[in-house]
Amino acid sequence: MRLPLDWLGVAPFLIFALLFLILPTMNIVIGAFQNPAGEFTLKNVQGLFTPSIMAAYWISIRISLASAILGCIVGFAMAAAVVLGGLPNWVRSPLLTFSGVASNFAGVPLAFAFIATLGPIGLVTVFLRTQLGIDLRSLGFNLLSFWGLTLTYLFFQIPLMILIITPALDGLKREWREAASILGATGRQYWTMIALPILFPSLLGTLALLFANAFGAVATAIALTGSSLSIVPILLFAQIRGDVLGDPHLGYALAFGMIVVTGIANTIYIWLRARSERWLK
Amino acid sequence: MRKFWAWAAVIFGMLYFILPLLGMTEFSLKMRRGVYSFDAYAKVLADPRFQETFAYSVGMAIATIIFGVVLIVPTAYWVRLRLPGLRPYIEFITLLPLVIPAIVIVFGYIRLYNTSSFLPLTGSATGTNILLMFGYATLALPYMYRAVDTGLRTIDVGTLTEAAQSLGAGWITILARIILPNVLVAVMSGAFLTFAIVIGEFTLAALLNRPAFGPYMQLLGANRAYEPAALAVIAFAITWGCMALIQVVSRFAPRAPAQLH
Amino acid sequence: MSEPFLSIQHVRKSFGATTVVQDFNLDVDKGEFISFLGPSGCGKTTMLRIVAGFEQPSAGRIVVGGKDMTSLKPNQRNIGMVFQAYALFPNMTVAQNIGFGLRVAGRPRAEIDARVAEMLALIKLGEFGARYPYQLSGGQQQRVALARALAPKPRLLLLDEPLSALDAKVRVSLRDEIRAIQRELGITTIFVTHDQEEAMSMSDRIVVMNAGRADQVGAPFEVYNRPATRFVAGFVGTLNVLDAVVKDPASGAVEIGGVPVALARSLGSVKAGETVSLALRPETISMTHEAARSISIPCTITAVNFLGSVIRISADTGGNSLSFDTFNNPAAPPPTPGDRTTVHFSPADLLVLQA
Repeated sequence: MRLPLDWLGVAPFLIFALLFLILPTMNIVIGAFQNPAGEFTLKNVQGLFTPSIMAAYWISIRISLASAILGCIVGFAMAAAVVLGGLPNWVRSPLLTFSGVASNFAGVPLAFAFIATLGPIGLVTVFLRTQLGIDLRSLGFNLLSFWGLTLTYLFFQIPLMILIITPALDGLKREWREAASILGATGRQYWTMIALPILFPSLLGTLALLFANAFGAVATAIALTGSSLSIVPILLFAQIRGDVLGDPHLGYALAFGMIVVTGIANTIYIWLRARSERWLK
Repeated sequence: MRKFWAWAAVIFGMLYFILPLLGMTEFSLKMRRGVYSFDAYAKVLADPRFQETFAYSVGMAIATIIFGVVLIVPTAYWVRLRLPGLRPYIEFITLLPLVIPAIVIVFGYIRLYNTSSFLPLTGSATGTNILLMFGYATLALPYMYRAVDTGLRTIDVGTLTEAAQSLGAGWITILARIILPNVLVAVMSGAFLTFAIVIGEFTLAALLNRPAFGPYMQLLGANRAYEPAALAVIAFAITWGCMALIQVVSRFAPRAPAQLH
Repeated sequence: MSEPFLSIQHVRKSFGATTVVQDFNLDVDKGEFISFLGPSGCGKTTMLRIVAGFEQPSAGRIVVGGKDMTSLKPNQRNIGMVFQAYALFPNMTVAQNIGFGLRVAGRPRAEIDARVAEMLALIKLGEFGARYPYQLSGGQQQRVALARALAPKPRLLLLDEPLSALDAKVRVSLRDEIRAIQRELGITTIFVTHDQEEAMSMSDRIVVMNAGRADQVGAPFEVYNRPATRFVAGFVGTLNVLDAVVKDPASGAVEIGGVPVALARSLGSVKAGETVSLALRPETISMTHEAARSISIPCTITAVNFLGSVIRISADTGGNSLSFDTFNNPAAPPPTPGDRTTVHFSPADLLVLQA
């Protein structure tokens, strides 16, 4: 009687997860491979390979990748500055707290903040135009574009990177640097042969996480661009609202495609994180 | 030299973060022509739609937190106590909401719980509210579970349970009076994070058509100029407040071993 | 006399207002095994790090083989070092770790492989070349760290408390192994430890450090039996300290607890009537009377600790407390607390401690 009773303890959780996480997702996945009559078909997934939908995926992937890569680089530079750059201690703690806030400051308000700053009458736009005579618009910058969205996403991407990579940088032992140096290695050799290989799984894993994070971001994109930029989450949002694709099952395939992309990114993240944790045990 | 680059990186980064915050704050004060004023804030705060949606979202956040605690604390406790072999699988499930985009999950809800399904939650306002709360609980699951599980790691669950049982306590008593107080700090960290997530959440509420704060902000943003900036400042203040509260409660984190009464 | 191989000259190190090492001088011969012994915070690790080049001395010079190395960077010094916390590179296999120094020196592949194999054989881990550090025990990791330090054939080997993270049994066996390898290679070695037993059993000479100074430099036998300062006497081994009243400083006549004792050596500048501290190793006190043990003091046994082959007894002599050892004797059970007895020792074993 022991075993069934033990399982009873996690039953509420499993039922909840089944009903509100797994079944809804399965429903979409299955719907992606069904026609309206409920028969199996690959037509919906094939339907994704039309130029307009592929373009939406492509720009989504590019924005996510760009914001993930830039987020990784800038976040790494800031974390490295704090951990290894010999900055005073009072910089570190506020930076980490701020990162906690900023990584959660996504969605609609974030879009407003960037419109108020880099929009047509935003603080920086106006300042550059009136004080320095630089017209961002004539230089080709538009907040409602690839780079505008990327720049906005960085506001939560960089802090997320800082939060994840700071512990990894803390994990680099001083003795490794000293051991390398006493064995004759230069600072560059230490970084290329020891520090970066040790950090590599964390770096690449975090890149995958940031990618998935940006790829699934709906609210920021909608509040920023309305529907003027055709990225996958906006397309899916419009499809759920009003079947803009004219085929509900193509909508499921669109959602299924999102799961596949974020799923791949997160699998890489989890796999690489497990690897780096094994080393740093 | 290294120090110079370190300062350069941090200052350059902080400039990027401060400018949008400065931009939205400055913009929110510019409603009256020529002078800075709090007109945009007054207008927003006086808007009955603001009050309604904000109250609604606060209510949803509280309901989500309560539901999350009742669901997750016993589960995490039970897994640690009796089913440690199950831990990796439960942990995997709790991380799924990070993998599956929220928009996909809510899409599934709409399909699965429509008026003609076995559980027609979207058929009534109350039903949809409950569905939305479950959705929020799902979004908060990775953070809440992690927080509670970390809290449980610091106490000896098995010994505490056996000690309580030897004194005649039942399961409800053990959970409510021994386990929960011991992981309270962790639970509160998770709760504040949940609050921050729910208050500004847009996708779920918009697609389930509920009058929440997130969709209200988006609607206002599409139609007004200065009020959205004021809303952004308010939303940022709320997020900051939640994080500050997490920092405050975390100070109490390494608590003395539990006392049985 | 030939030129010393390593010469540390007038080294001082200050961090801000605190001086961690002051006027440190030491000459080391080629092939010598030297220990820096002292409590934590005595400056021994700082001194080692100055030799390694991780810290710059505030004053003084480090000379190796006649060349001033003080301003060289660590990676230009050709020194091998083993750290307390292993510090193996976690992303490299055992073989890659051992070969690292040769690799950054740009040695040919074949030479590296041969040297790694030789080193693996030396530390008796021949089969472990392909393993990663996390797959090894602490003792194995530290042996790999030793091999890594030795592989580039350094001129000097520095060991920074390499045994303190290991459990007792491994510590003793690795201690002997390190010493054997050091003898085999004849490499000049500095070993930092806070464990006096380690220092005594391994070293040719010990430098006992206290508050940034070298209190005494000498062979283990000398440091143990003729401690130069009260600190050295107390830190190295167990010690009984007896207060004695000086009767005649010139002839060395004193009184211990009312019993007159003739030290048979001059006490120098001490005046009659003053109190001096005398020290006595536990193994020099006995409960059996012999001709050489001319001083007898009555006492009461306060505690008896049976340690196996040795029994450590504590006794009170009315003012001074003594502890001493006797060998286990199956035929004669040890005394019990409360027993009254007499202990005997030789005045020649009494050490006069400087304040």
